[in-house]
Amino acid sequence: METVLALLSGAMLAASLFLMLGRHLVRFIFGLVLASNAVNLLIFAAGRPGTARPPLIPDGSRLPVAAVANSLPQALILTAIVIGFALLVFIFILFFVTYQKLGTVNTEAMTDAESVTAGPGPRERAEP
Amino acid sequence: MNGLLAAPIIIPFVVAAVALLGRRRLHFQSASAILGAAVHLAVGGMLLYRVHHHGIAVLNVGGWPAPFGIALVADHLSALMVLITGVVYGSVAVYSRAEITADCLQRGYYPLLHILVGGISGAFLTGDLFNLYVWFEVMLMASFALLVLGRTRAQLDGGVKYVVINLISTLLFLAGLGLVYAMTGTLNMAHLHLKLQTVSDPGQVAAVSVLFLTAFGIKAGLFPLFFWLPASYHTPPVAVSAIFSGLLTKVGVYALIRTFTLLFPFGDSGVRDLVLGAAALTMIIGVLGAAAHSEIRRILSFHIISQVGYMVLGLGLLTPLALTGAVFYLLHHIVVKVNLFLISGLIRQWGGSFELARLGGLFRTRGLGALLFFIPAFSLAGIPPLSGFWAKLILIRASLDAGHFVLAGVAAVVGLLTVYSMSKIWNEAFWKPKAAADRQEAGGESRVSAWMLAPVGVLAALTVLIGLAPETLYQMARLASEELLDPSAYVYSVLGSVR
Repeated sequence: METVLALLSGAMLAASLFLMLGRHLVRFIFGLVLASNAVNLLIFAAGRPGTARPPLIPDGSRLPVAAVANSLPQALILTAIVIGFALLVFIFILFFVTYQKLGTVNTEAMTDAESVTAGPGPRERAEP
Repeated sequence: MNGLLAAPIIIPFVVAAVALLGRRRLHFQSASAILGAAVHLAVGGMLLYRVHHHGIAVLNVGGWPAPFGIALVADHLSALMVLITGVVYGSVAVYSRAEITADCLQRGYYPLLHILVGGISGAFLTGDLFNLYVWFEVMLMASFALLVLGRTRAQLDGGVKYVVINLISTLLFLAGLGLVYAMTGTLNMAHLHLKLQTVSDPGQVAAVSVLFLTAFGIKAGLFPLFFWLPASYHTPPVAVSAIFSGLLTKVGVYALIRTFTLLFPFGDSGVRDLVLGAAALTMIIGVLGAAAHSEIRRILSFHIISQVGYMVLGLGLLTPLALTGAVFYLLHHIVVKVNLFLISGLIRQWGGSFELARLGGLFRTRGLGALLFFIPAFSLAGIPPLSGFWAKLILIRASLDAGHFVLAGVAAVVGLLTVYSMSKIWNEAFWKPKAAADRQEAGGESRVSAWMLAPVGVLAALTVLIGLAPETLYQMARLASEELLDPSAYVYSVLGSVR
């Protein structure tokens, strides 16, 4: 089980690297989704999956009676998914606004911040 | 009493909520920001006082005991970082009152600023690795939004690069964290200190530690992972640049110091050589990049990188003196760097541009301004008796003591090259006469708001104070480095008798 998860996670990471290096913002988003899921799988594998019994403690007992699944990695993954989703939404909007303003999704063509002549400074201060 | 530990995190979030409630009342927002920052600063001072007099403070959040729940821990390093965060927070909150446009304010500048500070304080105080990841994310989200708030082309372009590389860094961190959990079954940093020593294969631990080195190296701006920094830091409003330059990369440096003293002490795995090499190259490349630029904020951005090299050099040497130097450097640098960015905003007000070619003659018209620039600029370069001189002296001395003569040489030469870039700004902006063609457009305003001058003056005074009486800060840094080099007190405070 762990071997399969490790191979799957590695394959996803390799694919995501390929996508991210594609100089195209939309490809980068797909790469990012793949990479974050690959890392989530890795955390899942870290919890040693395999025990089918849910981590419940029966009434009147203070400890689980038999070996149970480790629920902490799932809590970690859940947190990572929620945060990752928020970041994804932000990055979608950021890339969309960038596309509207700069008119390109090719990262090679995006040179506004690092042009040799100065970029436009922050907006003029509004006088009170 | 240990609730004090949560206060630096809670206060900014409360102020953020208050600022959101008063969305349309901009004066109310800026007043609450200044008040909130003042309270944050006071709490930081109380925390340092407590840690200094009563030892390491621990708060088990929600009452869950240490290795199971999330612990907040404040040792000298954490408390010092929280205090300096308060100083930067206060300066930027005051400066923002005059600098940030109403447009940005309406888009939620202040709530984002508070959330950023809350995330930073959380990262400094947490004693749990996964919690550190969460604070990093809080901090990043706020910084992403602050960076592109003005929606100019340059901001969006810089923002894309900043967001992309930081997300990758976060994923590396998360992967490293998962692997550490797989090896040890715990995420509490004090517990990890004990557990990681018992892992049977030290090669695995070293491999995972490189994941952390890369992840935090990206955040800190280490060579060769720094390219996002000069691409983005000069694009947002000056107040935002200032808080980024002062605190964000330093969270990376803090995380490096914490992980490589507590979790992965350098054995004979070669990771230490990697860190030292990266530190030397970071110093050199940063300062050369600065020499090549002629826009004030881009010069300053490259200097952040070069200065991060010094701090990481102190971590790599890992002698008591070197680590003291790293902590001293970290604190001195935050004050100086934030101040330089704030002054770049003043220079723009006076001269109408960030471009050195279009500036000039400020020494004649702005004598006080010239003095205010002179103090942090030449402190950064390490001219005695300013604070940077002591920081560099400690680190160079530590390199010599450790027998790393080449590294000591690099540190000294990079200091000289820093003088070159700072004198370049000085010559171009202050000393040379303003070109006649530019004189007509005159650009700058005759009066600069006191809201912008005051924080610059206070930070400059702090730099002079550290320079004239370095002993207090030196002792604090020495205590912090002692705690870092011998984590048994830290581990005992967190875990008690649990072994």
